[in-house]
Amino acid sequence: MPTLIKDGQVIENTWVLIGKESDLSSVLSHASEQVLVPLSLWQEHKSDLQASEKAIGVWLDSDDDTYELGSDALELPLIALNFPVFMDGRSYSSAAILRQRIGYKGELRAVGEILRDQLFYMKKCGINSFEISDSVKLEDALAAFSDFSNNYQSTIEDPLPLFRRR
Amino acid sequence: MYIYDSYDKQMLQDRITQYRDQTKRFLAGELSNEQFLPLRLQNGLYIQRLAPMLRVAIPYGCLSSNQLRKLASIARDYDKGYAHFSTRQNIQYNWPILEQTPDLLAELAEVEMHAIQTSGNCIRNTTTDQFAGVAVGEIEDSRPWCEIIRQWSTFHPEFAYLPRKFKIAVCGTPNDQAATQVHDIGLYIKKNKDGEVGFQVLVGGGLGRTPVIGAEICEFLPWQHLLTYLDAIMRVYNRFGRRDNKYKARIKILVKAIGADAFREKVEAEWQHDKEGPATLSQEEVDRCKSFFTDPDYQTLDDSDSEINAQLEKDLLFSHWMERNVVAHKKPGYRIVTLCLKETGVAPGDASDRQMEFVADLAEKYSFSEVRVTHEQNLVLTDVRLQDLYVLYQGCKQEALATPYVGLINDIVCCPGGDFCSLANAKSIPIAESIQRRFEDFDIQKNIGDLTLNISGCMNACGHHHVGNIGILGVDKKGSEFYQVTLGGSADRDAAIGKVLGPSFAQAEMPDVIEKIINVYLEKRQDSESFIATYNRIGIEPYKEKVYADAD
Repeated sequence: MPTLIKDGQVIENTWVLIGKESDLSSVLSHASEQVLVPLSLWQEHKSDLQASEKAIGVWLDSDDDTYELGSDALELPLIALNFPVFMDGRSYSSAAILRQRIGYKGELRAVGEILRDQLFYMKKCGINSFEISDSVKLEDALAAFSDFSNNYQSTIEDPLPLFRRR
Repeated sequence: MYIYDSYDKQMLQDRITQYRDQTKRFLAGELSNEQFLPLRLQNGLYIQRLAPMLRVAIPYGCLSSNQLRKLASIARDYDKGYAHFSTRQNIQYNWPILEQTPDLLAELAEVEMHAIQTSGNCIRNTTTDQFAGVAVGEIEDSRPWCEIIRQWSTFHPEFAYLPRKFKIAVCGTPNDQAATQVHDIGLYIKKNKDGEVGFQVLVGGGLGRTPVIGAEICEFLPWQHLLTYLDAIMRVYNRFGRRDNKYKARIKILVKAIGADAFREKVEAEWQHDKEGPATLSQEEVDRCKSFFTDPDYQTLDDSDSEINAQLEKDLLFSHWMERNVVAHKKPGYRIVTLCLKETGVAPGDASDRQMEFVADLAEKYSFSEVRVTHEQNLVLTDVRLQDLYVLYQGCKQEALATPYVGLINDIVCCPGGDFCSLANAKSIPIAESIQRRFEDFDIQKNIGDLTLNISGCMNACGHHHVGNIGILGVDKKGSEFYQVTLGGSADRDAAIGKVLGPSFAQAEMPDVIEKIINVYLEKRQDSESFIATYNRIGIEPYKEKVYADAD
């Protein structure tokens, strides 16, 4: 079971992520009350999903266009970003767009192949929860959020670049 | 030179701690080869044919004497007593031991140097013209802007896992010596009619498998917006650059696929949001960065020296060296001196620990303790008094650093090739040597005049063969090493990609082939026309006819 870290705390994961092959009925009849659906399903069945009793979140794959989710994001309790392989860096930009452009303030979760050495950058891009696989030691993962004491750029977490704080 | 403050130092220490831990986890089997690969690459470490190779950044080519001494001692203590200056203002060690690399990086950090982002799919070392700050007729010193870009690109959290590597060059000199137009982003510093500084922005230039000259997407970007605009370009590339095929993953492929206009629109759309945001550059920050690159304490000097003139009469070799390796400086009585690392029989760009220490001493004594590294794989002393040139020359001669080849056929730009690099299809160093031997007579070289000759051992084009007036590319033909020749390339403001001459040649044929090409030029040139000017006038056919005549 992967471990979930949210805002630096280990918490229980109560959400279920369903794959791209799933249809509306499998979401509505799912045993879990909290379901993460792929973007395509959300776009196709938005009103049905909104009308459902369940809590619905959306997950974006790395090749999904974040802007397509648009202001829908603002009503969602959870958005997850997939990192299908750790070398695929598109979801860092998706995170930045959701926070900076769309103004999403809720939980933003990284799922997929997430290595300890990427957690610091993910957090800087506005991701605040992380599904960590068992191969990563929990204490290492928690320590990774402070790998660097500072950053030069304007980031989602610290909009003021170092040159404005120096 | 830029001097690290406590923030810079702390972040560098953080990186060393992180890398030490990553190496430890890899050696303990906690990180797989595949997982360790991008981590070590972002710290400059390749696994090569014979051993690991560590690439150390020389930010925009600027080194202090102390830093160069450290590079020399590292060559001695961690390597075999030499190192290789690359075509991207970096230095490479060919024989470090993986287990020792964290210590090596800690030593580099003592002199504010590192190997951060010298490899991997991230933003690499920003490069510029080696004469920045001292060139005659300079538009604006590019170094402070390079430093601003260095800081912005270092550990950028959004752009550490790009589709492919990413290279930025900045140029503020009239003669572009930074190959600006063949970079992923090329920035030409300009001034508008009110004297305000801005940047002409080119994107999608590059060499490698698909050589392309960059396309302009912004004619004049006011300096305040430099970083927000770069962020917008990077975001568009990170999102839309291809990731399914590494040979089609560079930004140039994206720009070609959608067109420069569509690319510009995407960038502008992103940029509108951040244009006045917190990353907008402030005058204070620009002033702070400029304060590290002020003029040294130049003396007021005459621009001629009778003793030097007398030596020029007496010493023919010195006069050759003065003619080729020494150029005018913005201050009277000073000169810019290039120390050529192209001694025949030594791999182009290689320097021994002893040579590096010698140059460090020279710089301390004669050039305000600063050295520049060029993408042509030479070293430069930027601020030498005219009156000191003869003494300096004699010293250089003792250390095999006075080769008077600069800008001539034997000033060959050459990648390490099949002797070292695991990507290479063919060796490149022996080709360079065989050509240098053929043209060793200085009078022959001088008669040929200005000419760039570049050799790459594979399509990755580290030797920039596409933009050499004569380019040589190592290819694999049924398991044997062959060489393809291109003509007409140029890396300056009139950048051009060379054209393939025809079928490739065996290694042993290469000196003859090059000689035939040179003979066509010597026959056809008019007045003092340069090699490239003649080529541009007469085209490739006469060269083709001559070179392949015997084969028909």
